[in-house]
Amino acid sequence: MAIDTSAWSRRRLLKTSAALGAGLATPHFFVRNAWSQDQAFCNNPSGSNVVLGFNVPQSGPYADEGADELRAFQLAVQHLNGEGDGGLVNTLKPSSLKGNGILGKKVTFVTGDTQTKSDAARASAKRMIEADKAIMISGGSSSGVAVAVQSLCQDMGVMFMAGLTHSNDTTGKDKRRYGFRHFFNAYMSGQALGPVLAEEYGKDRKAYHLTADYTWGWTQEESIKNATEALGWETVQAVRTPLGAGDFSQYLTPVLNSGADVLILNHYGGDMVNSLRQAVTQFDMKSKQVGGKQFEIVVPLFSELMAQGAGEAVKGILGTANWDWKLDNEPSKILAKSFGEAYGSPPSQAAQTCYVQTLLYANAAEMAGTFYPPELIKALEDFEFDGMGNGPTLYRGSDHQCFKDVLVVRGKDAPTNQFDLMEIVKIVPRDQVTYDASIFGGELGPYEVKGCAA
Amino acid sequence: MDAIILQILNGLDKGGAYALIALGLTLIFGTLGVVNFAHGALFMLGAFCAVTFSGLLTISERIRDESVTFFEAYKEIPYLTLWYGDTGQAIVDWAVPLSILLAVPVMLLVGFAMERGLIRFFYKRSHAEQILVTFGLAIVLQEIVKYFFGANPIPMTAPPALAGSADIGALVGASNISYPMWRIVYFLFSLAIIGMVFAFLQLTTFGMVVRAGMADRETVGLLGINIGRKFTIVFGIASAVAGLAGVMYTPILAPNYHLGMDFLVLSFVVVVVGGMGSLPGAVLAGFLLGILQSLASMTEVKAIVPGIDQIIIYLVAVVVLLVRPRGLMGRRGVMEA
Repeated sequence: MAIDTSAWSRRRLLKTSAALGAGLATPHFFVRNAWSQDQAFCNNPSGSNVVLGFNVPQSGPYADEGADELRAFQLAVQHLNGEGDGGLVNTLKPSSLKGNGILGKKVTFVTGDTQTKSDAARASAKRMIEADKAIMISGGSSSGVAVAVQSLCQDMGVMFMAGLTHSNDTTGKDKRRYGFRHFFNAYMSGQALGPVLAEEYGKDRKAYHLTADYTWGWTQEESIKNATEALGWETVQAVRTPLGAGDFSQYLTPVLNSGADVLILNHYGGDMVNSLRQAVTQFDMKSKQVGGKQFEIVVPLFSELMAQGAGEAVKGILGTANWDWKLDNEPSKILAKSFGEAYGSPPSQAAQTCYVQTLLYANAAEMAGTFYPPELIKALEDFEFDGMGNGPTLYRGSDHQCFKDVLVVRGKDAPTNQFDLMEIVKIVPRDQVTYDASIFGGELGPYEVKGCAA
Repeated sequence: MDAIILQILNGLDKGGAYALIALGLTLIFGTLGVVNFAHGALFMLGAFCAVTFSGLLTISERIRDESVTFFEAYKEIPYLTLWYGDTGQAIVDWAVPLSILLAVPVMLLVGFAMERGLIRFFYKRSHAEQILVTFGLAIVLQEIVKYFFGANPIPMTAPPALAGSADIGALVGASNISYPMWRIVYFLFSLAIIGMVFAFLQLTTFGMVVRAGMADRETVGLLGINIGRKFTIVFGIASAVAGLAGVMYTPILAPNYHLGMDFLVLSFVVVVVGGMGSLPGAVLAGFLLGILQSLASMTEVKAIVPGIDQIIIYLVAVVVLLVRPRGLMGRRGVMEA
């Protein structure tokens, strides 16, 4: 049987195709960015829910910090879904958040355990993306982990909203188009801390660095060295210590005979607790005099949980922080109240950054009108906002680093309660910690990636 | 020269901990033939005995901070201080050494329970199975501690009279050598415990039987001695030694649930270097490796061989095993085909 094709002339075929194409495209002219929703992208939510993946250390030495981050994520999800008091959903400016989930879809979440190990963190992130269909990954507590997961997310075409990660590399040489960091970095710590150190301890000082031997430690050592040497300080020695060394006595004993009068501990977590306690309570360094100068100790990156672990040793020690629950501004008070009432303790700086990152992701989706990552990325790039407790903040487009005020803090001498461990010495304005993105190099990479939907 | 003396002192207190853990490991291996990978966890449990005892002594009245209304914020003053003033505070200050009173019975019981409840079923099994089951037990103990105490390190303080550093230089006629007093106390404490264990094994009838059992278990059994019961007690003693090492180490290293694992691998290397089954070998190797590890951390040494501080112990183990496969003081026939 022959097929009758005589009715389909070439002209008619072209006309029909053009009409069909125009017809299909027409409604999309009236819906902003709606074209992108038809793109195939990783884990485009099809039902009434959207899944976020929270990848935090639930085991290992940072498990307590991970638990605090997880509490913050849960609170952020509640607030996004219109539950509880709404927290900072009510204070973000400008805000597209509606308190009805994200783009009308109820927010749900899954969690992963990074174990503070890069391979475990990548595996759990991959599992949340592939098996649980998470459309965004967030979390942290280690720069090594953040860099590894960020790279995976770029490959899979899933947004990564970093939690606590302080290495310059995260938004420097290892920056990625799909990765965004709200937390500050080592360079900013150096720029904020340097002038305060000069003010407090003078410009004629000799520093000795003990540095955790991995990406974060290296970049912090470099940043603090650059900042203090610019002030006139001399760096006597910089010694790398193995991660998780525990007993630092063999690294501390040479310090006092080196001629140095300041010890800078580029340590975090258990390393910071142990090295600081050993330097202060065992080697009595804070009570020594070197060349007529009082010996001082500096911990450039402070954390509340580590201050708890260090106990008395933290008193009088200068450092920097991204945020503190005692900040005297309305959003900080609202978050402290909301978190405190829910969990019985104030949010740590790690918790605050995770909470804020979740809200910023949701807001970007609302602004873009889609979950399509390239559009979200564009919404976040160069987004200027306020109302999250850090003052006016810029998400810089060229490296995806947030720029905001940095706190210089000091271990409190006479705490009034168990959470009152640090006092804010100075709020360093964001202009003083802003730098040219090109100094750290790196390439963001493309907006469009094949991703897991390929 | 000062730097070398300081690093040797560092090595002595570190070596004290290695020696105490390795001593217990060797005791268990020598008597029961069991490779106990849970021994580091016993060190950690000892440390948490100190945390618990200190927590009991510092049960406090909570004075609410009225300026905070969102959550319960308070300042704590121990009841002992409130009720008994300076005497009460002195007891609180000496919590760590006083914890020994709690740690000895608790760790003996833990040791008995471990041996009777689990280890004895693995006497005739292969070393691989013993390692697997004891390693599993170590993880279980770790997770239990983490559940109750969290993952964050818990600060413990030495008594004020023994805190800070002492001028050692003045004692030996040198200058610029000050060293933490508690670390010196720890070194002396480890020597005392090692001395007590050796005296117990050498000078008591019980010790004589245990030593005989270590040499030839079967013959001792044929003589009508219930060597199994004695070995249970030995397991308890080894557990208490590890526990005491942990208690006194808390002011040096803020304890967390992972403390035992950090020491476990090193202690096994110590045992291998010292010679499997040799108690003097374990002690000698403990101090030797502690001192070598400290000396290898010196900047001058690291300038010649970068990273040597991180591999020195394993490097020594390789060399010793190549040159003297039985370890420094290992007996013929132990762990040999």
